This record gives sequence, C-alpha cells and structure tokens, in this order.
Amino acid sequence: MATGIRDKVVILGMGCTKFGERWEAGAEELMVEAFEEAMADAGIERNQIEAAWLGSAFVNYNLGRSAVPMSVSLRLPEIPVTRVENYCASGTESFRGACYAVASGAYDIALAMGVEKLKDTGYGGLPALGSMDGPKWMTASASTAPGGFAQLASAYAAKFGVPMEDLKRAIAHVSWKSHQNGTLNPKAHLRNAVSMEQILAAPIVAYPLGLFDCCGVSDGAACAVVTTPEIARSMGKQDLVAVKALQIAVTSGSEVGHNSWDGHHFVTAASCSKKAYKEAGITNPREELSMMEVHDCFSITELVTMEDLYISERGEAWKDALEGFYDRDGKVPCQIDGGLKCFGHPIGASGLRMMYEMYNQLLGRAGQRQLANPRFGLTHNLGGRPTENVCSVGIVGRYGE
Amino acid sequence: MIGITAFGGYIPRLRLSRKSIVQHIGWLNPAIAGGAQGERSMCNFDEDSLTMAVAAALDCLVGQNKQGVDSLYLASTTLPFADRLNAGIVSTALNLRDDIVTADFGSTQRAGTTALIAGLQAIKSGDKKKVLVTASDKRETKAASPYEMWFGDGAASVLLSDENVIAEFKGSHTVSLDFVDHYRGSLKQYDYNWEERWIRDEGYAKIVPQAIRGLMAKLEITMADVDKLIFPCFIKREHAGIAKALGATPEKVVDNMHEVCGETGVAHPLAMLVSTLEAAKPGERIIVAGYGQGCEALYFQVTDAIQDLPPRAGIRGSLASKETTDNYMKFLKWRNLLLTEAGIRGEAPTQHPLTAMWRQRKQLLGLVGGKCRKCGTPQFPKTDICVNPECRTAHTQDDYEFATVPATVKTFTGDNLAASVNPPNIYGMVQFQGGGRLVADFTDCKLADVKVGMPVKMSFRIHAEDKERGFTGYFWRAVPIV
Repeated sequence: MATGIRDKVVILGMGCTKFGERWEAGAEELMVEAFEEAMADAGIERNQIEAAWLGSAFVNYNLGRSAVPMSVSLRLPEIPVTRVENYCASGTESFRGACYAVASGAYDIALAMGVEKLKDTGYGGLPALGSMDGPKWMTASASTAPGGFAQLASAYAAKFGVPMEDLKRAIAHVSWKSHQNGTLNPKAHLRNAVSMEQILAAPIVAYPLGLFDCCGVSDGAACAVVTTPEIARSMGKQDLVAVKALQIAVTSGSEVGHNSWDGHHFVTAASCSKKAYKEAGITNPREELSMMEVHDCFSITELVTMEDLYISERGEAWKDALEGFYDRDGKVPCQIDGGLKCFGHPIGASGLRMMYEMYNQLLGRAGQRQLANPRFGLTHNLGGRPTENVCSVGIVGRYGE
Repeated sequence: MIGITAFGGYIPRLRLSRKSIVQHIGWLNPAIAGGAQGERSMCNFDEDSLTMAVAAALDCLVGQNKQGVDSLYLASTTLPFADRLNAGIVSTALNLRDDIVTADFGSTQRAGTTALIAGLQAIKSGDKKKVLVTASDKRETKAASPYEMWFGDGAASVLLSDENVIAEFKGSHTVSLDFVDHYRGSLKQYDYNWEERWIRDEGYAKIVPQAIRGLMAKLEITMADVDKLIFPCFIKREHAGIAKALGATPEKVVDNMHEVCGETGVAHPLAMLVSTLEAAKPGERIIVAGYGQGCEALYFQVTDAIQDLPPRAGIRGSLASKETTDNYMKFLKWRNLLLTEAGIRGEAPTQHPLTAMWRQRKQLLGLVGGKCRKCGTPQFPKTDICVNPECRTAHTQDDYEFATVPATVKTFTGDNLAASVNPPNIYGMVQFQGGGRLVADFTDCKLADVKVGMPVKMSFRIHAEDKERGFTGYFWRAVPIV
C-alpha cells in the first residue's frame, strides 16, 4: 500500500532570482543565480548533488531541448539530469522528480530547478501558437492565454447567476490584494500598489479580463535542494520544512469533449487538491491551511481555484474574495509574495517560486511579509487552459508537525 | 422529367455602402460615383469563394438526401487552388460520398451556366441521378476601380435530378465567342478591363440577345412564353435595354441585384435564378443566361413540386440577413489592399502538414466527429477511446456529422491580444444538441451580442492562410444567431 510522500523529504536549501524583465540575463545566467543562493542556503558543495531535474516550458524561446543546457550552465559533474515539461506545472514537476528520487532512496541529495526566459520573444504576452505546435493547430481557435482563461468568467457568471459587474469587482479585488502584497517583496516583478478604480478602468485584454487581471510575463529561475530529514539533521539543520504532499492531475479530455463540465472551474484541481489533502492528512483546508500561493495567471483563475481547493463553497468564492478572506490579513492569505500577478510568471520557475515563499514563511524569513506562526502552506499550478490542463498541488509544513 | 430539385444561396452578411467607397477614394477616381447606389456584398475576413460555395450548397441540401449526390460541379474564377481540385474540398466539407464525380468549372464568367448545362446533360444521359452544382465568386479588384463598385461576393447552388423536379429543364442554347472584355492572366491577381462602352455595345447588347433568340428559335417559343428573364449585366441601364430589345416587359426582367448586392461573378446567373425560384409559382417559365466569351441560355418551367420544398435561407434570406458597414478601410484590409502592421505575434508559422490533413480530412473539412456505439455519446474529434468518463470504451465510434447540428454557446471571450484582422477575436466553447462540444472561433457577430446559452450554427470558413506557400486552410466556425 502506497504511503505517499508526507515527511519523507525536506528542503535543504532554496534560491530564487528576482523576477522581471531581465534584459541582462539569459536562462543560463538566471539558473546560476538561483543555484548559487540555493547552494549557499543548503550549505553543500556542487559535487554532493547526485541527481537533478529541470523544468522549462517554451523550449523554442528558452534554453532549447534536453537537460544539457542546465548541466552545462551549472557545471554539474556528469550526474543524471532530466528536463521535464508539463505546461505551467513544469517547475512543480521538477520538484516532484527530485523529491521522489530522495523519497525512493535512490539518492540522498537532489536538485530541482525551474527557469523561463520569456522576454526574448520580441513582444508582450506568451509566445503565440502556430503550426509548429502540432496538427491540432489546424482546428484550434486563434486564442491566447487570457482568452482561454477569460471564458471561466462568462461560464462562472452564467452558472451561478452572478452579475458580471459583481464578478468584475471580485476579480479586481483579487488583483488589488496581490499588488498590495507585491509592494512588500523585493524580488517581485511588479512592486506598485494599484487602486480598485485603476483595475476596473484598465483596457480589456480578453473580455471580461482587463490588463490588471493578467499576471506579469517575466524572466526568472527558482531552485530547491532536497534530502531526507535524517540527512538534514545530520548536517546540523534544526527547523526543517518538510514536503507533506505533491500531487499532479492531468485532464482526461472530458472537459473539452464531454458535456458534463460547465466551464466554470477546473476539474483537475478539484481532484488534485483532494488527493493532496489526503496525502498531507488535512481534513478541513479552510481551517487548517495557513497560507497559499496559487496559480493566479489571471484573476479569475485564482478566484475559481478557491472553490476547487475546497476553501470557498461553490459559487461563493467571489464573496469571500470581496470580503478579504484571502488578503494578507485575512483568514487564509493567498499570494503573500505577490503571486504570479506581481512576483511574475516565468513558466518553468513558478512552481518552485511558490515553494520558495512557503519555505521562507515557515522558516520565519519572509521579512515584511512574514505571517504569524504559519503551519501548512499550499502551492498550486494550473498549466494549459481551463478546457485542457495540468494541475499540481504541493503542501509543505514543519517536519514532524 | 429532368431539372432542378432544390436550390440554395449565400450572400455574405456584410454589405459595404457604396457611398463610403466614394467618400474614401472618390477623390482618386471621381467616375466611380456613377455606380454608387446602395451597397455591395462583402466577404468577411474568413470567407472566400470556397466557403461561400459550401454555404450555398448546404442551403441547397436542406431536406435532401445528400448521400444520393453522385456529382459535384463547382464553378468559379476565383478558387483558392490552381492545382488541387477545389470541388474536392467542397465535397469533403459537405461529407459527400467518395465514389462521385467532382469537377471545377472556371476560366469564364459563364462557368456557372456551363456547369448547370453539364449537370443537366449528365442527368439526361441517365449516367447520373443527382448532380449538385454550386457557383461562387469573390472577385478581386484594385482600389478605386469601377468594378469594385459593381461587383459583390456571393454563391448559389442547385441540385439537379430526374426526380422531384421543381423546375423542369426544357432546353439550352450556347454561343461561344472569344470576346475579351476583360481577362486575367494565369498568374495575375487582377483583371485587365477594356473600355466599358465597347463592352456594353458590342458585348452584352449583341451577344446576350444572340443566345436568347437562338434558344427561343430552337424551342419554338417567343417572349410570350417567358415569365422571367434572367441574365447578368452590371450596367443597369443596359440590362433594361437588352431586355426591352428582346421584347420582355419590365415585370419579366429579373433585377440584377446591383443596389443590394452587386454582381457575384460566375455565381450571378444562378443567384438570380435561385432568387427567382424562391418566389416562383407553379407553371412559371424562366430563361436564365450566363455571359462570358459568348453566352448560354436555358429554359425552365416551374412545377407543382416547388410548393413542397422545405424553407431555406436562399438568396432572399441571405440578402435580408445583413450588416451594412461604411468601413471601406476594413474592406481594403481584408482584400489585401492595405499593408498593416501585424506585430511579431502575427508571425507564427502557418505551414499545413499535408499528411496529417489527409488523415484528419473528415474532421478538418467536414466537421465529422464520432458517436460511441456503446454509450451513444457524440464527440469531437472522433478518437479511439470514448470521451464519456462513464464509458471509456475503445474502438466504438462511428462517424457523426456536427456541421448541421444545432448548438449553443457554453463559454466565450473577445480576445484583443490574439493576432487577428478582425479584433477582438471572439471564440468560445459551443455545445451541440444531443452531445458533443468544441472550442471554436466565432464569426459574423459582435462581442456585445454574444451570450452564454445563445444558439449558434456552424459555418465553413478559412482557418489560416499560409501566404508564403499559397495555402488556405479551412475549418468550421460558430455563427451566433442573434
């Protein structure tokens, strides 16, 4: 009987670059920057790393294929290095690879890296899809990420009979809150506070999402070194941040092809979070979670995700959001580091960036953003589109608690 | 009895006000003001001759057993492929049988009536039972050309058979003359036109009567035996003059649709014929002529069966369903007459993999999905394993056509970021009655009109143009029914 990953792996060290328009740095340099911080934090030498994983999404604009660019950039000594790609869950997939390697007993110390260099495309937003994305392109609508996720709003409003004006205000609050948090984070891409009026008056990118409903498109890298609790203790580490759960759920294609889904939420997230709570031993997430970093690629994504994580009731997340339930001083603070919205969203790095905030919060290192005595932290990624996607959920907490 | 058993028509929803053309570019060629009455039809950015031909054919096939169609003739001078059978694309889009004759008719403005006569002859010979003829044109002109004023875009379609005939074919007569009023070299984009006065006096005024008089002599009829006279002539005054010279009183002359549509090229004689049939009473006798390098004329008599034909949009329905614009710049852009900045986002590669296209031809062109024999779930695309979470059975799907299944909007957005020549790009999930769904581009609509739950119908449109390689890819889009 499988027992899951709870408390089998701890984080030995982490690093994260400043996210943003890093015109001066390529993906290679970004990885080195995150790597150096993680190594210093872990207090180990390069040759102690026995295996490594790399998560990156847009190969054509980024490092290219395979794990070779990372192994070369970090000068890893001919060890197993694996590149993984699973849309926006790529960073968490990389972390999952390293954690499973340690949990299985195959290696003592493993490294997980996530990186994305998005600002080499020459234009804003994510790279456009074309015929190089496979034959599906021949039937795909000429869509973009904002357009894909914006449809959640039309479906959500229709499903629950929420007037679009109210939903617009709720998702504006989601972004308002993240901008507030972003001002406190020196590594965030966007560090400016914005008013509700500014958010609501912004130009429409994809109806009903305006500019401030969309996250930053950023360059960045984040890195984690993981090991077993025993090895960490033997190295003199006292406060240990342990992995409580790591789950991935990938669509079966029913959302896009079967009429059982109403388009207002994520089927994968509803399933993935259930499995993660079970693995972590959490029975009442609304009460037990101390903090979250979720995949707020768009404000509406964050909003409906609160229902798929079983924190808000179905059809109620918009009210919770407006009431400040997810604000930094609310019951379950969400996007304490600014989120994808303000910290930025270098695709492959995002899952590890979320983990970095949870790790720092649990170690009491979050500076001005520090929450009082956090217990469980949840990370969540959503890659693809509402119609066809990959969801990852990670839960971390202090070892043994 | 042989003849027409069904008809259909398609005029694009968009109409360009001719005054707006004059207002924008009349300064360059003031003479175009002479033709500035009413409006001309104008393809949406995702329409061409082929998509209009499919739309007209679908309209024609309403209530018909399309599996019985054993020939498809496509007539146009503006088809997207010089060497790839365009009729084959239409046939696949309509999901007709594989063992049928498909042929393109082109190279002259009278190709529509030529295809019609060829189809009737195939039926007459007994070799074919049902011939579908569809004619379509989207003729390109340079900006400020008088032809830009006279032309319109459109398509018409007729189904020919020896059963359930609604208009009996009585005979035809053809005159072939190499009268070159205009020509388009095989690799040229635009027509080269000679002087209109000569075209009028030596072309239309002499050649049309020659063919019609020849027909009447052959069939031993006079204008007293004709209730409706149909022939194209974009010069309105000459159109009336020719009819008068032939002895037709004004009520017999079918309008050339200048004010409401413009001349739809190869499709025009058929479009005028379809429009006439839409209002025809049993017993009515019709002459229809096609003009170009000569002229050919056909004689029909409407039967009682016309009263049993199920309703369809037709030419009149298409003309009534319109949106008039005075945005001449939009017309120029969509006709590739205006070089605009697309941004780097617009540079995504558009090469079509022909191998995958062949494998998926029914899906791509025919909107054919699958229906599970085990659980009955319709689904798009057709796959090896059923999409129904409660079923998941393998290898149980039969072909299932979605093209004419009623559907509704499930989700939608209007995307200003997507590279588009018609922003915002509106798209969303549509759900078919009885099961099945897909994320589709929406077309012929405004964002403000789109609502969750509203009905849509599917329409065959251009999906992507690969201008570098000269390839046009097609797929289906959703048209919200406001």
